[in-house]
Amino acid sequence: MKKSKFDLAVGLFVAAGILALVFLAMKVGNLTGLETSEGYRVEARFDNIGGLKVRAPVKSAGVVVGRVDSITLDSQTYEAKAILRIDQNYKFSKDTIASILTSGLLGEQYVSLEAGGDSVYLGQGDRISKTQPAMILEKLISQFLFSKASESTGTSK
Amino acid sequence: MPLPAACMDHEMSVVKSAPTHPDPLIEIKDVHFAYDERPILRGLSLSVRKGEVLAVMGGSGSGKTTLLGLIGGRILPNKGKILVDGQNVPKLDRAALYALRTRFGMLFQFGALFTDLSVFDNVAFPYREQTNLPESVIRDLVLLKLQAVGLRGAAGLMPSQLSGGMARRVALARAVALDPMLMLYDEPFTGLDPISTGIVARLIRRLNDAFGLTSLVVTHDLDASLKIADRVIVLAEGQVYRDLTPDDVRTTTDAFVRQFADGLPDGPVPFHYPAPPLLDQLLGKTVAGPNGGGTP
Amino acid sequence: MNSVIEMIEGLGRSVLNALARLGLAGRFFLAILMVIGVPLRRFSLLVRELYFSGVRSLLIIVVSGTFVGMVLAIQGYEVLQRFGSAETLGVLVALSLVRELGPVVTALLFAGRAGSAVTAEIGLMQATDQIAAMDMMAVNPIARIISPRFLASVVSLPLLACMFSAAGVFGAYLVGVKLIGIDDGSFWSQMQAGVDFRLDIVNGLIKSLVFGVAVGLIAVFEGYYAPPTAEGVSSATTRTVVTSSLAVLMLDFVLTVWMFRGLNG
Repeated sequence: MKKSKFDLAVGLFVAAGILALVFLAMKVGNLTGLETSEGYRVEARFDNIGGLKVRAPVKSAGVVVGRVDSITLDSQTYEAKAILRIDQNYKFSKDTIASILTSGLLGEQYVSLEAGGDSVYLGQGDRISKTQPAMILEKLISQFLFSKASESTGTSK
Repeated sequence: MPLPAACMDHEMSVVKSAPTHPDPLIEIKDVHFAYDERPILRGLSLSVRKGEVLAVMGGSGSGKTTLLGLIGGRILPNKGKILVDGQNVPKLDRAALYALRTRFGMLFQFGALFTDLSVFDNVAFPYREQTNLPESVIRDLVLLKLQAVGLRGAAGLMPSQLSGGMARRVALARAVALDPMLMLYDEPFTGLDPISTGIVARLIRRLNDAFGLTSLVVTHDLDASLKIADRVIVLAEGQVYRDLTPDDVRTTTDAFVRQFADGLPDGPVPFHYPAPPLLDQLLGKTVAGPNGGGTP
Repeated sequence: MNSVIEMIEGLGRSVLNALARLGLAGRFFLAILMVIGVPLRRFSLLVRELYFSGVRSLLIIVVSGTFVGMVLAIQGYEVLQRFGSAETLGVLVALSLVRELGPVVTALLFAGRAGSAVTAEIGLMQATDQIAAMDMMAVNPIARIISPRFLASVVSLPLLACMFSAAGVFGAYLVGVKLIGIDDGSFWSQMQAGVDFRLDIVNGLIKSLVFGVAVGLIAVFEGYYAPPTAEGVSSATTRTVVTSSLAVLMLDFVLTVWMFRGLNG
C-alpha cells in the first residue's frame, strides 16, 4: 500500500521532469529547427569576416537555411575560411554569392546567400567562390573620407 | 597448554588457558589485533564448542566487541587464525564470507533494527534478501518468529514505537530468522530494565537449546550471563584471563574476577588512569600527561 | 619559531588528511559503481529514494525557479530596455536558466534539501549499527543502502534542473509578457532563435548530471563515514552542504570552460 504511493508519486515526478525537458527543447530551444536535420557543408572564403561567430545563422532572403560550422584562417592566403552547414532541403546554385551582413545596426552578423542562375547545385565539400567580406565600420569611414577628400581636390582644380 | 576437556560440566575447576574441545565451532588461535597502534588483542586463543552458550566478559576496551567483529569478518586481525566451522574467516573472499554470514545471527547492542521498516518487515528482511520464498510463506515464518519472542502483536509497529527490551526481542527474532548455526550477541543487556534483561536472557538460552545453536554472548552484565551461560571467559590484557563455569565465578578468590563480579571500584583494574603523582602535578613539578591539561 | 614549525606541520597534516579523504572517496565511488546494477534490477529500492530525494524536493525547486525567473525578467528588462532591445528578454532569461542557473541553483538547493537528509539518514544508520547489522546478514550495505541513494541523486538532479528552468521561463513569461508587456510572439521567437538544443539545453543537462554525481557521492560518503555520534552526524550533515556547494560551483566553472571552448569563433 505504501509502495504504490511511492510508485505513483515518483512516476508523476519523472513524467513532470521529462515534460519540462520537452518544453525546454520545443518551446524554449530550437529542437524542431535545423539543428537535428542533416545538412551538407560548403566552404566560403572571406577577406574579412568582421564579427562573424561560429553558430551564426546562414540566411537566404531572410530565411535561416543553415549555420556557420567553423571559422579558421588559411595560413597560405590569409583568408578566413568559413565552413557553412546548410540544410539539405535547400539547394543553391554553384554561382551563389555569400556575403557577411549585419542584422540591424548593432545586431549579430550572419552569412547571407544570394542564389545565382547556374543549373549545377552546390554539394558537400564544395566551395562558394563569390564572396563579399564583412563591412568594417572604420574602413567604410576612411573610404568615405578618402573619397570626399579626392572629390574636393577634384572640384578645386 | 593444560587441557581439561569437558566444559558443560558445572563442577569444572578453574582453568587458566584456552581449552580445546573435541568439537569446536569456533577456534581462535593466537590472534593479535591493534587499533591505530593501540594493541587490543595480544595472542588471544579460545574455542567455542558446538551447542554451548559462552559468555565473554571483560572491562571496557578489553577487546570483547573486537572479538565479535573478527569472528564476523568485519575486521581483520594483524595476525592469527579464526576458524569458524573449519573456515579461516580472515582469508575468505567476499562471496565466501557472505555465504558463511548467512549462517550467523547477530544481535547488536541496541538491536540495530532498520528504522524505516516496520517490525514485520524487519523480521522479513533476511527472508526477502536471502531466499526466494513466496510472500505468503514469509508471512507465516515471520509471525512464527515473532511469536517465539512474544511480539506477534507488535508486527505492525515501527521500531521507534518499541521499548528498548521489545526492540531487542524483535532484533533477536530477525537474527534467528534463517536458523543460524551461530548466534553472536553484542552487549544484549545494555540499557534494559531488570525484567527485560531477564526476558532477553531467557530467550537467549531457550533459542540456543530449541534450535540447537551455539551462542557467544559478549557482555559485562555478570548476573544475567551467569544465569544462562555454560561457560564464562574473562578477557584481560588482550588475552583469555580466566575460563570458568558460572559456579566458579561465584566462588573464585581471584582478585580480578572478584573485582569484576562484585563491582568493586578499585582493585587489579585501577580506578585511576595512569598519571604522575597528584601532588607533583599540582605543584607543577611534572609535565601534564596527554589528558592532564595541567600547566607546565 | 616553534609555533611556526607547528603551523607548517599542522598545514601539512591537514593537506595529507584531505588527500587521504579524497582517496577514500574515490575508492568508495568505485565500490558504489561496482554494485550500481542492484538498484536498477530492484527498482523498488530506487523508487523509494527517488521519492525522498526527488519528489520531496519538487516544491522548493519549482517555487524557487519561478521566482528566479521573475527576478531575472525584471532585472534583464531594466538593462535591455536601455539598449532598446527589450524583446530579447526571452533569450537572456532562457540562456541564463538553461545554461547556468537551472543546473547550479538546483544542485545547491538539492544539496541542502536532499543531500543533507541522505547524510543524516545514513549517518544515523551507521551510528545505530543498522549498516553493520545488514552487513552481518550478508547483505551488502553499499548495494542495498548506498547505491540507490546515490543513483537517485544522479537521476533526480537533471529532472529537477529541467523543472527549475521551465518554471523560470514561465516566471519570466509572467513578468515580461503579462506584467511588463513585451510582445508575446517576439518573446518566444527570440528565445527559440537564441537557444540551441544541443549546445545549451543538452550541455545544461550534462552539467546537472555531473552535479548529481558529485552531490550524491558527497552525501552518501559523508554519511557512511560520519563518526557514530550525534555530533559526528550533525557535522557530517553540515559538511555535505558546504562541500557539495563548493564542488558544484567549481565543477560548474570547469564544465563551462570546457563546453564553451572555441565557441568565440
